[in-house]
Amino acid sequence: MDRFVFLTLDGLSRGAVLAAFALALVLIWRAARIVNFAQGAMAVATAYVAYSVSAATGSYWLGFLAALVAGLLLGAAVDLVVMRFVDHASPLNPVIVALGLVLLIQAVLGMAYGSEFLPAGTPFSRNPLTVGGAAVLSPYDLFVFAAVAVVVVGLAWTFTRTAVGLRMRAAAFAPEVSRLLGVNVGGMLTLGWALASGVGALAGMLVIPTELGLHPHAMDLVFVSAFTAAVVGGLDSPPGAVVGGLAVGLLLSYVSGYAGSDLTPLAVLVLLLAVLLIRPGGLFAPVAARRV
Amino acid sequence: MSGEGLLEVRDLVAGYGGAPVLHGIDLTVPRGAIAAVVGANGAGKTTLLRALSGMLRPAAGRVVLAGEDLRGVAVEQLVRRGMAHVPEGRGVVGELTVDENLRLGGLWRRDRADAARALDEVYQLFEPLARRRRHLGHQLSGGERQMLALGRALVARPRLLLLDEPSLGLAPRVVAQTMALLRRLRDGTGLTVLLVEQNVRSALSVADQGVVMSLGRIVTTAPAARLRDDADLRHAYLGF
Repeated sequence: MDRFVFLTLDGLSRGAVLAAFALALVLIWRAARIVNFAQGAMAVATAYVAYSVSAATGSYWLGFLAALVAGLLLGAAVDLVVMRFVDHASPLNPVIVALGLVLLIQAVLGMAYGSEFLPAGTPFSRNPLTVGGAAVLSPYDLFVFAAVAVVVVGLAWTFTRTAVGLRMRAAAFAPEVSRLLGVNVGGMLTLGWALASGVGALAGMLVIPTELGLHPHAMDLVFVSAFTAAVVGGLDSPPGAVVGGLAVGLLLSYVSGYAGSDLTPLAVLVLLLAVLLIRPGGLFAPVAARRV
Repeated sequence: MSGEGLLEVRDLVAGYGGAPVLHGIDLTVPRGAIAAVVGANGAGKTTLLRALSGMLRPAAGRVVLAGEDLRGVAVEQLVRRGMAHVPEGRGVVGELTVDENLRLGGLWRRDRADAARALDEVYQLFEPLARRRRHLGHQLSGGERQMLALGRALVARPRLLLLDEPSLGLAPRVVAQTMALLRRLRDGTGLTVLLVEQNVRSALSVADQGVVMSLGRIVTTAPAARLRDDADLRHAYLGF
C-alpha cells in the first residue's frame, strides 16, 4: 500500500510536468494549428541558458528566471522568423520545418556546450519526506506542483478573464472576423507562441534535473510522453492537456514501479496508439465538430 | 474629390488571384444615408464590401472614409477609423459566448467607460441577447446570430456600417425588424449604412439610395424610392 501511495504521488509529480508541457503543445495547436515538434528542443535550449546564467551568477533562481524569459523570446522568434513564412497549405509543411528546427537547435547546443551530460541542480531537496514512516513527496516535488499550478491557473485566468485572453481565443477561432473587430491577429499568434514556449521552458527546467541531466536530447522522451498526454486530452483542450499529463504521469510511474522502467516508453506508445485508434479527438474533444 | 460623402470610392478594382471581379467602382455614400447595393448573384456585391474593409486588397482605386484615404491602412485599424463590417455569414464566433462576442467588438476602444455603455445599450436594444449572455455563439438561432453580429458591430460605435446580406436565412418578420432598426439607428445616431442584399424589395424599402450592380460594375445609382416605384427602372435593372 505504501508503495502504491508513493508511486501515485510520484506519478502525479511527473504528470504535473507533462501537463505543463502538453499545455504548451495545446496552446500552439489552438493558436496556429501546428503541432510544435520543436517544443522539446526549444525547452532544452532555454535550460542551457539557465545553466549558463546560473554558472555565471551562482544563483539557481536567476537561471530559472533567465530560462523563462528565454522561452518567451525564443517562442516569439520562432513564430516571427520561421513559422510566419511556412506555407500552411499542407499540414505536413510546419511539421517538417519544426523537425528541421529540432536538428538545428540540437546541433547548435552540441557545438556550444558539447554532448556530455551537464549537471542540472534543483533549488530544493529531492529526498522524499516521510509521513508516518512512509516515503511521500520531496520538497522538490512540492515545488513542481506549485509551479505548474501557478502556470495552469494563471493561463486559465488569462484566457478566460482578461481582454488579451479573449483576443487570443478570438484570433485563434476566427482570424478574419477578429481582424474586422480590431484584433491584431498576427500579434496574438506571436504572443501565443511566446507563452507556449515559456511554459515549455518551465516544464524543461522542472523535469531535466529529475532525469539524467542537461543534454541536447534531454527532452526527447519527455516530448513523446507530453505529446501523448496532449493527444489523450485532445489537442484542442487545455483542461484535457492537464488531465492527460497527470494520467500519463501515473501510467509511467505504475509501469516503471510494478513492471520495470524498461517498459515505460512502450507503455506510452501503446497508450498513444490506443487513444488514436479508439478516440482520435481525445477524451476532451468538443462535442460540436469544428469547421477547419 | 467633393468630400460630401462619408464614403467615397473611386475606380476600385479588386478580385481573386489576378482575375478582377470589380471593374472600376465609383460610389459615394452620403453621411447619415442608408445605401443598398442590389444585383444578381455574382454581381460582385460581397467582393465590394470585402474590398472596402480591406479583407480583400484592392488592385487599384481609392477608398476614402471621412476624408481619409484608406490605402495602406491595416484591416484591424479600420474599426478605429469608424468602419464596421458584418461579413457574409455574420461572423459570429461559435466558440465564444454571446457576451464575449459582444465585448470583442469594443476591446480596441480606449474609452473603457463608453465601451461598457455601448455594451449595455446593445443589450437593451436586443433583449434576447441579454437573456443568453453565457450561451455559446453556435447555440444561437439565425435571428439571434443576426442580433449578435449587428450588436457586436454597434459596440464599436461605427460611423459606417457595412452589412452583407442581413436578410439571408431569416424569417420575413425578422428581416423587417432588422430593416426598421437600421432606420432607427440612422435617425437616432446618424449612422451611415452600406448594405448588400439579394432581397431587393426589403433593401429598397429601407434604403435612401439604391445602387444596382451587374458583373462587377455599378450600372445605376438612384434614390431608392425611385428604383422601387419606377416600373421602367425596375424592369431595366432589376428584372421585376
